[in-house]
Amino acid sequence: MDLINTVTASQLKTDIPEFKAGDTLRVHTRVIEGEKERIQIFEGVCIRRKGSGIHETFTVHKVSNGVGVERIFPLHSPRISKIENTKIGRVRRAKLYYLRKLRGKAARIAEK
Amino acid sequence: MSGLLGKKIRMTQVFDDTGRSIPVTVINAGPCYVSQIKTADKDGYHAIQIGYMELKEKHAKKPVVGHLKKADLKPLKYLREFDLPLNEEVQIGDELKVDMFKEGEEVVVSGYAKGRGFQGVMKRHGFHGGQKTHGQSDRARAPGSIGQSSDPSRVYKNMKMAGRMGNNRVTIPLVEIVKIDTERNLIFVKGPVPGAPNSLVEIKKV
Repeated sequence: MDLINTVTASQLKTDIPEFKAGDTLRVHTRVIEGEKERIQIFEGVCIRRKGSGIHETFTVHKVSNGVGVERIFPLHSPRISKIENTKIGRVRRAKLYYLRKLRGKAARIAEK
Repeated sequence: MSGLLGKKIRMTQVFDDTGRSIPVTVINAGPCYVSQIKTADKDGYHAIQIGYMELKEKHAKKPVVGHLKKADLKPLKYLREFDLPLNEEVQIGDELKVDMFKEGEEVVVSGYAKGRGFQGVMKRHGFHGGQKTHGQSDRARAPGSIGQSSDPSRVYKNMKMAGRMGNNRVTIPLVEIVKIDTERNLIFVKGPVPGAPNSLVEIKKV
């Protein structure tokens, strides 16, 4: 186990802001279209962080045009250029799967 | 077609230049030592025997210790033979390391699959099993019919049935080497490799 961690250590990012489930994130992803590269922002609530080391991922949930959308990002992916933590939420769970069923007022999260 | 012996560490992932995550198996390969060269004159075929994993003499098998003394080598745990092209020059006692491979090269990886014990036909041969509904009570994982009637009055040989599964030699042809760590003697190959962590794997050049 330790050997794997030392081998993958060089791929880990060091500039990741502190965030956890319940926080509102703006994830800047690098999108490559043919030759060009641009930044796309995915904004929503982080509903889980999962795994450790190079495998760690987080899920961002948002409601877009009335449809719930979720994206799972590998935390250390080079395709993520920046993660902004815009709002720290106060929640009592580590995994906010219950948010998927809620809409509108009920889906609000209290700010810390 | 020479190669290396190694120990499977476990799987992990690596990000490539475009940011895609590639599943890799990390193999601790080598250093291996050439312990014997088989020649057409003497042995009837051309090959090299290489050994891997140094041991204390008290842990090694005595005949192996004696055999390796001829090559002036320390006791080794594993000895395996590899084909060798006639144009390649090797000497007894040569050290083989991961730098014999290049990143991006394709290799053949063999190992012993994890033993799974006595398994039914669904797991062992991928049968679909029977119906769950329509009045079935005990057919869900059954193999179904295994033959005909009074003619031929027997079950054909090699009929796929339940039995011991795994612990057989599995070879994966053409696995890409994603990364090589010469400092730590590690090879990262794309995808899975047969066997449990710490089991012996053979990596052959194509």
